[in-house]
Amino acid sequence: MTRQQVLDLYFMDARCKLIELAAFLDRVERAEGEGDFRHKALLKALEVLSSREPSRARDVLMTLSDPTSEPLAAAPGKGACGAWPGPPQS
Amino acid sequence: MRYIEPHAHMVSRTTDDYEAMVTAGCAAVCEPAFWAGFDRSSVDGFHDYFCQLTDYEPKRAARFGLPHYSWLCINPKESEDMGLAREVISIIPEFLKCPTVLGIGEIGLNKNTRNELTILQEHVDLAAKHDQLILVHTPHLEDKFKGTRLILDLLKSDSRIQPNRVIIDHVEEHTVSMVLDAGFWAGITLYPESKATPARAIDMVEQAGMRNIWLNCACDWGRSEPLAVPRTALEMRRRGYSAVAIDHLVYGNPLRFLSQNPRFQIA
Ligand SMILES: [Zn+2]
Repeated sequence: MTRQQVLDLYFMDARCKLIELAAFLDRVERAEGEGDFRHKALLKALEVLSSREPSRARDVLMTLSDPTSEPLAAAPGKGACGAWPGPPQS
Repeated sequence: MRYIEPHAHMVSRTTDDYEAMVTAGCAAVCEPAFWAGFDRSSVDGFHDYFCQLTDYEPKRAARFGLPHYSWLCINPKESEDMGLAREVISIIPEFLKCPTVLGIGEIGLNKNTRNELTILQEHVDLAAKHDQLILVHTPHLEDKFKGTRLILDLLKSDSRIQPNRVIIDHVEEHTVSMVLDAGFWAGITLYPESKATPARAIDMVEQAGMRNIWLNCACDWGRSEPLAVPRTALEMRRRGYSAVAIDHLVYGNPLRFLSQNPRFQIA
């Protein structure tokens, strides 16, 4: 596809998601209380969007990923939350 | 249009979903063993589940003329209990005789623990001993990158394993290249929230090449879409792909991988 075709096909969808994200961040900041590491992780991932490298999807995923390589001694539960909280507290 | 759904958890779907998939062109469905959303209390729970996968579901699918195949294992979410995991592994060989079982899966990691890795290795041993295809689940979200690396390290260090007989599923932009570069097949899962959307899946295929990739919906009891593969085919059409190219990805590729097991026969 040409760049023009990509814009014609996907611009409105991307615009919609961008505004949803902006509204989400506003909602988080309007709310009271502590929050957790996921807010910071999302703000950090957002920095990737202004990069000029055409690997933004991969780079966003990497900023949200556990970068370590040692297996854990025990599972801290079954679920995943979408952002890495940092090494397990012992 | 025709397509193969190579990864769907039909035990948690309705008969209406079978009908909708066949209406959309599904020519075969494959169902890996997975977590039920709760932990089973004993090996008997898995015995019943394997009976459901190898007997009941093929009959339910056959009502719509749809061939149904399965993969067997204890999933990584329940592998943390190594005693239970070993009991379950011990009953798998009797089910490998069933004519619709294609291999061992979906094995892999969930939280990337030592116990999960031990049980993954024992499943790989089982697959090697019985010359089975392997379907690997990679962890969710923040655990995927680390887990994929650990899984690849384990498989690459095992001389019995032929990468072209292993599919590593649920790849995303940060894991697809390491899987394909190591010679394994890669599965892209289409989910509404996590994993990939149709647009991102096609982006990955465009960058990585179409050769050893399959698409799947992995529909289960959570938010998921049994028609995600045909919807992605539609997305390819919007991008101008030919019917032949779409057929290659959604039918030809899974057919090529799955046919490595001669039991996989579709008209
Ligand atoms: Zn699955």
